Amino acid sequence: MIDRQEHVLTMPHAEIEAVQLEGIKRTLIACYENIPFYKKSFDEAGFDPYAVSSLSNMERAPFTTKQDLRDHAPYGMFARPLSEVAEIHMSSGTTGVATVGGYTQHDIKIWSDCFARSMIYAGATESDVAHICYGYGLFTGGLGAHYGSMAAGCTVIPISAGQTERQIRVLREMGSTILCCTPSYAMHIADTALEMGLDPAKDFHLRAGIHGAEPFSDNFRSELEAKFGYKVLDIYGLTETMGPGVAGECWEQSGLHLAEDHFYAEIIDPETGRVLPDGEWGELVLTSVDRQACPVVRYRTRDITRIIPGVCACGRTHRRIDRLHGRTDDMLVIRGVNVFPSQIEDVMKTFPQVSSWYQIELTNERHLDEVTLKVEIDPEFDFDEISALEGVQRQIASHLKRDLSVKIDVRIVEPKSLPRSEGKAKRVIDLRKGVFND
Amino acid sequence: MIKQVTVFMENVEGRLALVCRTLAQAGINMHALTIADTQDFGVVRIIVDDPNRALDALTQENFRAQLVDVAAFSIPNRPGGLADLLDALAEAKLNIEYGYCFQTKGESAVDVLKIKGENVARALETLALAGYTTLELSDIVA
Repeated sequence: MIDRQEHVLTMPHAEIEAVQLEGIKRTLIACYENIPFYKKSFDEAGFDPYAVSSLSNMERAPFTTKQDLRDHAPYGMFARPLSEVAEIHMSSGTTGVATVGGYTQHDIKIWSDCFARSMIYAGATESDVAHICYGYGLFTGGLGAHYGSMAAGCTVIPISAGQTERQIRVLREMGSTILCCTPSYAMHIADTALEMGLDPAKDFHLRAGIHGAEPFSDNFRSELEAKFGYKVLDIYGLTETMGPGVAGECWEQSGLHLAEDHFYAEIIDPETGRVLPDGEWGELVLTSVDRQACPVVRYRTRDITRIIPGVCACGRTHRRIDRLHGRTDDMLVIRGVNVFPSQIEDVMKTFPQVSSWYQIELTNERHLDEVTLKVEIDPEFDFDEISALEGVQRQIASHLKRDLSVKIDVRIVEPKSLPRSEGKAKRVIDLRKGVFND
Repeated sequence: MIKQVTVFMENVEGRLALVCRTLAQAGINMHALTIADTQDFGVVRIIVDDPNRALDALTQENFRAQLVDVAAFSIPNRPGGLADLLDALAEAKLNIEYGYCFQTKGESAVDVLKIKGENVARALETLALAGYTTLELSDIVA
C-alpha cells in the first residue's frame, strides 16, 4: 500500500504548528540531556529547554553551525547510542574531518517519506521507473532518492553516477520515467545523447526530473526541460539536517514545499541573527522536529532564501521556500560536492613550492563544472626543472582529489602585478552560467 | 660555473617578447636563449652579460626569475665535439639535467650543462681529467 501522505500534506497550518511544537519540545530535551554541546550551549545562552511553550520561544535558542558539527565529529552530536543507529552518512570535510550524520530506523523512515514527497509532487505511481544517478555511498543523494522513490511505489534503478553512455543505454532500453541526479549531470547526459545523434526528448521516456544538490538558475532549468521534454522539480536538502527532501518543488514550480512536520524553518538576518518575516530574503535556519539520532537546533544552513507568502495553487499547506539565491559564506558547489576555499588552502599549505596566493576559476562550458586552481611558485623554490614544476601541479591536484573528492586542474601561473594587500583578495572567479542568476 | 637566468612564463602570447624587451631596456645583452615548454608554461634560460642586473630588471617587471649555476665548457667545433664530452660523463656514470651549445666561431664552441648539485664536483673533475676547459662568464661575453 503506497502512502501518498495526502492527509499530512494538506493539514491546516495550525495543526502543522502543533506538531512542530510538540516535536521541538522533545528535540530540545533530547539534545539537552544527551548531547554535551547542547547542554553547554543552552546553559551559556540562558535558554531553558523545558520552558518552551510556543514556537516563537525558539528565537531565544542559540544557533548551531557547521563548525560545531565538525568540532564534535564523529559521534559527539548524536542523541542516541550507536546501537540504535541504523545508518551513517557524511559530508566531505577538511583534512579528513567530515560532518557525520546518523539515522535510526525511524529517521530513515522520515527521510524516505520526505524524499517521496518530491515523487508524489511529480505524480509518481507504481508505473514509474526511477532512474537514480545521484552517487550512492556516504553522500546522502543516492540513498535518499532510493528510499524515497521506493516509498513512492516506483521501480528503482540504482545506477548511481558516472558512465554516461551506459546511463543513456539504460534510459532508452529500460524505460526510466523519472530522472534523479544533479542538474549539471542531467545536462551532461542530454548533451552526450545529442552528440551521439539521439534526441533526449524522443529517444528517452522521461516525464520528470528531480534535481538538486547544487543550485541552478531558471534558464538552466528551461534548457533542461527543452532538451528532455520533461518537467524539472527542484529538491533541497543538506546532510547536516537529513539529506535531500527538506523541501521540494511541486508541479506548480512556484517554490519548494518544506516538510514542515519534520523541520521547523526560520529565516534570519545573517549579520544580526534576527528572525525575518515571511517574504524577506535571509539565511535558512532549521530545527529538527522529530529526528532521533542527530537532532539539530537552529542549524544555520548558510543558504539564502525566503518563505514565499501565501498558499500554493497545488493546495498543499506546507509553506514554501524560494529557489536558492546564494550563500552567506564562501562555500562552492562543484559537481554536487560542497567545497570550501579553506579546504583548498589547507592542501596548498602542505606544498612549500607554492606561495600562499591562489585563485580558483570555475567554468561550465560543457555544462559540467570545471575548476582550475591557479598557484604561484614560491620565490625560494628552485624552478629550473620542468619535471619538478609539472610534478607539483600533479601532486597538488592528486591531494585535492583525495581530500575534497573533486577533480581540480592545477596550473602554475606568473605572479600578478596587482598589489596583494589591498582589501580582501578575490579568490574565486566564478564564470559559470546557469548557477544562480542569468 | 656561470650564472644563467631562468624565467618562468605562462604560455600566453607576448611574454617572451616582454622578457626580451625588459632586458633590452635595462641595456642587457643576451648571448644564448633556450626555452623548455609545456602546455601551460615555459621556462626560458638565458646567458646574459650581467646576470644580477638582469635578475633585478625582470623581478621589477613581476617575472618569476632566478639565477642558476650552470657549467660552461669549451668544446672543439667539429662533428663529435659535444658527443665526446657527453661520452666522458656517461662513462663516469654522471647524468645531466639539460644542456645547450652556442657561439660556434672558428675552432671552438661553448657548451653549457646543468648538472645536479650533488654531481657537480665529480663532473667537473671528470671533465678536467678528460682535458676540457671550464669557462667563466667573462670568457663568454667578452
